[in-house]
Formats: sequence, C-alpha cells, structure tokens
Amino acid sequence: MAVTLDQTIAQKQHTLLTRVFASQTFWVVIAVILACLFLSVATDSFATTKNLYNITRNITFVAIVALGMTFVIITGGIDLSVGSVLCLCSMVLAVTMHAGYGIEIGIAAAIATALIIGAFNGILIAYLGFPPFVVTLGMLSIARSLAMVASNNTVVFQFGPDHDKLLALGGGAFVFGIANPVLYMIVLALITGFVLRWTKFGRHIFAIGGNEHAATLTGVPVRQIKVAVYMISALAAGLAGIIQTGWLGAVTTNLGNGMELQVIAATVIGGANLAGGMGTAFGAVVGAALIEVIRNSLGLLGINAFWQGVFIGGAILMAVLFDRLRNFRRNE
Amino acid sequence: MPVLELANISKHFGAIQAVNDVSLSIEAGQVVGLMGDNGAGKSTLVKMIAGNFPPSHGTMQMDGKDLVLHKPVEARQHGIEIVHQDLALCNNLTAAANVYLGRELRRGVGPFRILDYAAMYKRAGQIFAVLKSETRPRDLVKQMSGGQRQAVAIARTMLSQAKIVLMDEPTAAISVRQVAEVLNLIRHLRDQGIAVVLISHRMPDVFDVADRVIVMRRGRKVADKTIASSSPEEVTGLITGAIEQV
Repeated sequence: MAVTLDQTIAQKQHTLLTRVFASQTFWVVIAVILACLFLSVATDSFATTKNLYNITRNITFVAIVALGMTFVIITGGIDLSVGSVLCLCSMVLAVTMHAGYGIEIGIAAAIATALIIGAFNGILIAYLGFPPFVVTLGMLSIARSLAMVASNNTVVFQFGPDHDKLLALGGGAFVFGIANPVLYMIVLALITGFVLRWTKFGRHIFAIGGNEHAATLTGVPVRQIKVAVYMISALAAGLAGIIQTGWLGAVTTNLGNGMELQVIAATVIGGANLAGGMGTAFGAVVGAALIEVIRNSLGLLGINAFWQGVFIGGAILMAVLFDRLRNFRRNE
Repeated sequence: MPVLELANISKHFGAIQAVNDVSLSIEAGQVVGLMGDNGAGKSTLVKMIAGNFPPSHGTMQMDGKDLVLHKPVEARQHGIEIVHQDLALCNNLTAAANVYLGRELRRGVGPFRILDYAAMYKRAGQIFAVLKSETRPRDLVKQMSGGQRQAVAIARTMLSQAKIVLMDEPTAAISVRQVAEVLNLIRHLRDQGIAVVLISHRMPDVFDVADRVIVMRRGRKVADKTIASSSPEEVTGLITGAIEQV
C-alpha cells in the first residue's frame, strides 16, 4: 500500500503514552510512589498526618528554588548562589522588619535584593561572557557574607510590628489545612510549567539550551533571556527565603547552607539535563519529593543519618542512568 | 528586472581587501552558484547581502530600490533569507519549533498570548509538503537525517515571502543520497520563483542545479556565465587561477 507524502508528514511518531513511558520524570514518580507505599507498610510513623505534613512542607523549600533553577539549567547554565541568596533575602526581610518596618516593605526589600543579585549574575554571564559556574560561585560567597554583614552574624527572631503576619504567612495553613508553603509551591510550579510550555519566552529558553548559536542566528534575544533566567532563579530563592523565614520564625546566617547541591540534585533527578535543553517544572518538584522521601525514610527506618548522602547520591546516579540507557538504545 | 543588483561592491577590513569591486545581478527563479577557493571573498560577499556588515564601497539594489542593511533582521524583512552552513538547528526542539524559531506564532489577546502549536504544526507540514520532503513537524530534529535537517532549515526561508535564499555549503557534510535530496529542495525553491544563491565547493552540485555560475578569486569576480556555456574544467581553472579571467 502506498503511503502518500501528506500522510507521512501528518503522522505522529509518539503517542501520549509512549512519551510518558519515555520520560525520566515518570519513573521518578513511580519511585516516589513505591517508596511511600513501602514506608506506609513497613513503618507505623510514615503515613501519619503529622509526618506527611512535615514531608510536604520540607519538599517545598527545595522545590521552589528548584523551579527557578530549572530555567537556568534548561539554558545550559548553573546557579550555585541560590542557597546564599536565600539566606541573604531572609536576612534582608528579617532586619528590615526588625527595624520596625511593615511586612510589605520587608518583602519588597527582599525581592528587590533577589532581583538585583540575579541581574548582576545574569549581566556578567550574558554580556561579559563570564562562565556561569564562576560567577555564581563568587556570588555564593558574596551573598552569604552580605547576610552576615546585614545581621552582624546574629540570629534574628523578632520581626517588629508585623511579626505575627509573617509567621502566619510561612507557618499557617489558609486553605483546607494544607501548609501554606505547599500552596505557594503548587502555584509557582503551575506558573513555571505554563511559562515553559506555552510562552515564546519558554520556547526561547529551550532553544538557547539546545543550540545557543542557532538561537542567536534566528533572532532570539539570547542575552536578555539569559539575564532573565538568572533573575528568575534568584527570585525563586528569595521567595523561598521569605516563606522559610515565616515558617522557622528565626533567621540565622547559615540558613540555606549547601542547599544549592540539593536543588541541583532535585532538578537533575526530575529529568533536567545539565548540558541544557531539557527540564520541566513537574520534574523539579518530583525530584525534590524523592530526595525528601529518602531523607525522611532513613530516619523512620532507623538507618544512621550518616548514610543519607549515599542514598541521595545514589538516586542522582540512578536517575541519570535511566536516561543514559535510553540513549544507548537509540544510538545502536 | 533583477531581484538583487550589486554595483561595484568592495569591502576591506583594515588593510585587507576582502571583496574588490564586484558587480552582479540575480534574477528571480534563478539558481546562481557562487564558487571560489577559501578566502576568495564568497563569505564576505554573502555576509554583506545578509546584513552582517555594510560594504565599504558600492551600492546594493533590490527590485530597483536602494538597499541599505544594518542588521541581519533587516535583511530578513526585505525577503533575504540565509541557510547557514551549520543549519542553526536546535536538536532538542521539534521540526516545527525549529522552523518557527524566533518568529513563533501565538494566539490570544494583548499580553496574554500563548504559542499556537496547532497552527505551527500545520503550516510547517504544508511547507514540507511543498518541498516534497518526508519530514514530520512533530519529530525532534535530533532524530533526523541530514536531508531532513536541511529541509527544516530551508523551510524557515519559506515562512515569509522570501525573494532570495542564500545557502552556505548546504551539501558539504552529507551523504550522496542526501545531496540529491537537497538539490531537489533547491529546485523546489526555484520553482516558487525564489532566487537561490548556492555557495559551494562541490563542482558536480553546482553544475547539476545552477543556471549560472559566478567565480571569485582573491576578492574579485573572475567569471559570471551560464552553466551551459561553461565547464567544470574551466571553473576549476578560474578558481585556482590557471585561467586568469573570462
């Protein structure tokens, strides 16, 4: 039977189902579900309201920052400064409110700080051609140091007249008893997913990660977009910092220490490719979830906490292994 | 009337004279082979037409009107499209996404506009059908053959009403079967009334598909004649300098 050219062109090579099975994110979701099922049966303490509340809330801080990181990683960049930026923004918020200003001004100051840092990173990377690794490594050091300067390296736990509002914002549960940070995470994940899939900006981010030279030649505003992604990443870190401040009720200068590695791990486990061109919002959240479930389960199963790094590292390697296996099959 | 006419175009970079007093005209629906050794000035000439930099001397005219270009985007607005040697494709995107890269179709109102996937798939599919290329708009470019990749790059030039398509070494790094495919794509462009400038090192391709051949050597135009009145031997002589000028 002859197949016409038009039929060939109209043919879809992948159905929805084959696409789902081929995605790394899908298998990570399966892993999370299996782990949860196993833990519910194996321990009495996992499937309790309190533990689930803790887990979902713990996921959120890493997940929110990972959503911002996803933008950067899709362009083929990296942002190592997120942990320090989170700390600095928390500290700016805390110090501003401690000085007697309202919550609105505190949040505005924290967000402005995040955007300025993001723009600084982005301009050095996009316009002056600095390697992202170096710029954000420098910022990792600078932002943490500035947080110490801002607070004189003290713990801030009194937030002025709007103290209670801030604690309600981060620690409360406005809707159906779901912890507020979880709601913020869901909203931010939906926005991220929408932007990546349905906007021109999102399309261009993928194009830059796939082939930056091609993006430039076809008229994509590569530099502006690169600045924007580092601003988004810093903004996500800043928002996570604000929420975390409200939840913890105190800010220390080692807040978010080493967080960048967890965040990068979450995005990579969720299917983002550090070489650029791949990544999803859902993947970032699922990756963060897998890491948190592993951490939580080790505690519940009575395994020494020193083993945590081994299991999380193993999860990173396993996730990427799946991806490699698929590529091997394709190349043969 | 020629689509594009260059009059006494020169370009120098400091003391280096890259292109020296070149005049030529290109007609609609004609394939012109632009040949010459490395450093002969082909790329410099093409980059001026593409708006990468302005000529030092001389004028360009399009459809009888003066053409002054400051940026590649302006060349595109005038209907001058380029197929880059490396094709400038993103492997992680679909064929349709690559075709529309930088000029995505959107639907919606005001600032609330989303990508119009359906329209882009449909139009890209129509263009591939015109090019008679078995290329599926939804497939990732990563999985495509050299010929299909060329089709994607060429399809870009057909989104707007292109008048001239400049192709930089389209057959340099692909298999024999794919070369035939690309030459067919060029014929389909020509049949749409588009002028094609084919920059190539490969003598057989130029003699297969071009109507005219222009040879450059050391910045100067040394030959400009119809394919019928020339021969590969003559062109080789002109490129190497064994034949001074015709």
